[in-house]
Amino acid sequence: MANFYTDNPEIKFQLGHPLMERIVELKERSYADKDEYDYAPENLEDALDNYDRILELTGDITANIIAPNAEDVDAEGPHCADGRVTYASKTYENLDATVKAGLNGVTMPRRYGGLNFPCTPYTAINEMIATADAGFENIWSLQDCIETLYEFGSEEQRQRYVPRVCKGETMSMDLTEPDAGSDLQSVMLKATYSEEEGCWLLNGCKRFITNGDSDIHLVLARSEEGTRDGRGLSMFIYDKNQGGVNVRRIENKLGIHGSPTCELVYKNAKAELCGSRKLGLIKYVMALMNGARLGIAAQSVGLSQAAYNEGLAYAKDRKQFGKTIINFPAVYDMLASMKAKLDAGRTLLYTTARFVDIYKALEDIARERPLTPEERKELKTYSKLADAFTPLSKGMNSEYCNQNAYDCIQIHGGSGFMLEYACQRIYRDARITSIYEGTTQLQVVAAIRYVTNGFYSQYIAERQQETVLPQFQALKDKVNAMGERYNACVNKVNELQNQEYQDFVARHLYEMAADIIMGHLILADASKDADLFGKSAKVYVNFIASEIEKHASFVESTSVEDLDAYRKAQNTEVNA
Amino acid sequence: MSLKIVVLAKQVPDTRNVGPDAMTPEGTVNRAALPAVFNPEDLNALEQALRLKEQFPGSVISVVTMGLPKSAEVIREALYRGADKGYVVTDRPLGGADTLATSYTLSQAIRKIGDYDIILGGRQAIDGDTAQVGPQIAEKLGLTQVTYAEEIVSLNLEERKIVIRRHIDGGVETVEAPLPLVVTVNGSAAPCRPRNAKRVMKFKNATVVAERTPEQNEALTAKIAQKPYLDITQWGAADIDADPEQIGKAGSPTNVKAVKNIVFKAKESRTMTGSDADIEGLIVELLESNTIG
Repeated sequence: MANFYTDNPEIKFQLGHPLMERIVELKERSYADKDEYDYAPENLEDALDNYDRILELTGDITANIIAPNAEDVDAEGPHCADGRVTYASKTYENLDATVKAGLNGVTMPRRYGGLNFPCTPYTAINEMIATADAGFENIWSLQDCIETLYEFGSEEQRQRYVPRVCKGETMSMDLTEPDAGSDLQSVMLKATYSEEEGCWLLNGCKRFITNGDSDIHLVLARSEEGTRDGRGLSMFIYDKNQGGVNVRRIENKLGIHGSPTCELVYKNAKAELCGSRKLGLIKYVMALMNGARLGIAAQSVGLSQAAYNEGLAYAKDRKQFGKTIINFPAVYDMLASMKAKLDAGRTLLYTTARFVDIYKALEDIARERPLTPEERKELKTYSKLADAFTPLSKGMNSEYCNQNAYDCIQIHGGSGFMLEYACQRIYRDARITSIYEGTTQLQVVAAIRYVTNGFYSQYIAERQQETVLPQFQALKDKVNAMGERYNACVNKVNELQNQEYQDFVARHLYEMAADIIMGHLILADASKDADLFGKSAKVYVNFIASEIEKHASFVESTSVEDLDAYRKAQNTEVNA
Repeated sequence: MSLKIVVLAKQVPDTRNVGPDAMTPEGTVNRAALPAVFNPEDLNALEQALRLKEQFPGSVISVVTMGLPKSAEVIREALYRGADKGYVVTDRPLGGADTLATSYTLSQAIRKIGDYDIILGGRQAIDGDTAQVGPQIAEKLGLTQVTYAEEIVSLNLEERKIVIRRHIDGGVETVEAPLPLVVTVNGSAAPCRPRNAKRVMKFKNATVVAERTPEQNEALTAKIAQKPYLDITQWGAADIDADPEQIGKAGSPTNVKAVKNIVFKAKESRTMTGSDADIEGLIVELLESNTIG
């Protein structure tokens, strides 16, 4: 029987990272739950064994229930009638399976009914669900939102909402509006406090809301009358049982058909404030977004894996010119590149997840007791690393999964263009990953300060000190040299002190940083398990050697004066 | 209102994915080459039990298996999915049992459990494909039996009546039967739900004594006192008051003469007409080769 976990030992490898010991220790508060909950671990080994078993269970469900349903879910899609959404019929089978398997509230504390898993194994579950069906992954992974409610809601709100999510109720984050997409400061949905009702009332509409007919919504709304920017926005919890929000229509999309994307109309919808007024966008949505971005990075890796699986299976099966096409260099080059991007992207994903784990666990401990000075320092370090790595992980993996989906169809040739193979669904599903939860261009915006302030350079310099197995030393030297090339480009841009030029070449600098970091990470992995990652390390370093050359050449050869050739709008608009 | 449910489960070699080394040169099943799995139709039976439990909260599902100590794995798998208790009937004298001795042994175990409203099992196991054990248990316990069940349509606990849809040739049949009874469940019934994460973490270390080394056993004693669910009940022949003449090899009138792996090849196909002579010739040939008769 297929199993997305045991079939891909690359995932389990990530649980063996030395940082897991610290993560588990923090998350488990030195195993304090062990006497109170019969499913709580007693020690590190026990906890890691739990993760391993639950991932194996997930690998089974994803390969044998969710993946076989994906084609039907894609073909049927959700329906909308009388203001309510009905999922595709097999989506309900998927939900039933994940709920019965208890894969809800995965990261929530046990006292609310959660599994108390760190983000790292949660990410692995997420990835496998996306490999099976990226559309369903959206519905499932919106349980992420509970993190934000848990972090910023009151204890009373936690007690009311977290257990419901742990039992399988679904969530949505209602942010986007017709005139507020990437620019959420423009959100206009109105929140007014009603003395009569003793609660807030929401009025207005939202657009492009994933799983918009969910049970529990987090809603960004304007609570401060007369304001126009982000400081007038607050976060609200809307419980579907209250009524007042209807689905006007669902979007007809290119991909992720299983996931209903809704236009919502709020008519005096009763809602409650989550956290403090005015911090909705500047604090809570930022937290929500960081979680969601890591989720999309996991979804992207899952799709990359799916694309690789489909490409590999077809290439092994298809015969042309008297042999299977996997034997042709033009084809095995594509497959090797796909696998290298998958492996490099995955190690970046889990590196990020581990950073998130440490800082989130420490933040949570800080709600219980004051942190020690060492812990405060640790929190600061990992919080910054998570902030710097999340946009790299989301941006690069979403681009890689699109590239892999493209190559997957290419391997299928004409058959790939027909709607009968899974590769076309993967291709359509992948397309959104580099758009939602912040486009790749916005990931670059989030990351660029870590380019210009030398944070990535510093991280790269530290990784350069690591030793690798002798057979990988030549590759390590190559990546080290790329670091120098990158630093020279960063210096050039910093010295120019021209914001527009910096924005113009930012994508190149961002990709260079990400490529080099992934190069170091995959070499470290290969040095731990040469059989599993040796080939990908070689292929990936060869690949980024040419990538770095491309990007460096662009940065080195362009100047501020060149911008004029690129500008398409009037100068006044560019600088507005 | 709750039910006492017994589910019969068997650990079997996974004959669904048979490779070239599935049989030994002697013609017996090469168990080493085939992973041991939960008999598929027993999982269908377990799902019916779990649905009854959802319908009648407080119901208790006891899973019984006979086999080697490692067959406790199916008990764990059942616990992961929602069963409450497990019993492994394991003992050297029980070995080599045919269906008659197996049904005797299991019926003794069920008598020992005592209180039951419904006994569910898979229609048949994929290693022997006999479909005899369930019906034989019903006979031994003097219970009504419903075979080839596809769905328990309804159960009225006050009137102690159950309505079951059966899978029959060319259609379905819905029958009503009194409790207690034995139901064997068909593979066309609802598939079993997945394992539950919390239950996997809770029961992952649950074992029978025979699975543990003496050192492990000693180390576990204190833990089991605190968490009794970590000790799966293990019964030997004496524990279930089994008559030594009716168990294991002694209680098994069936003798397997030989098992052959026969591969039909295309060149063995023959074309014949529909004439009486040809048909008669074929019948005679099949009778002589013991293929039929």
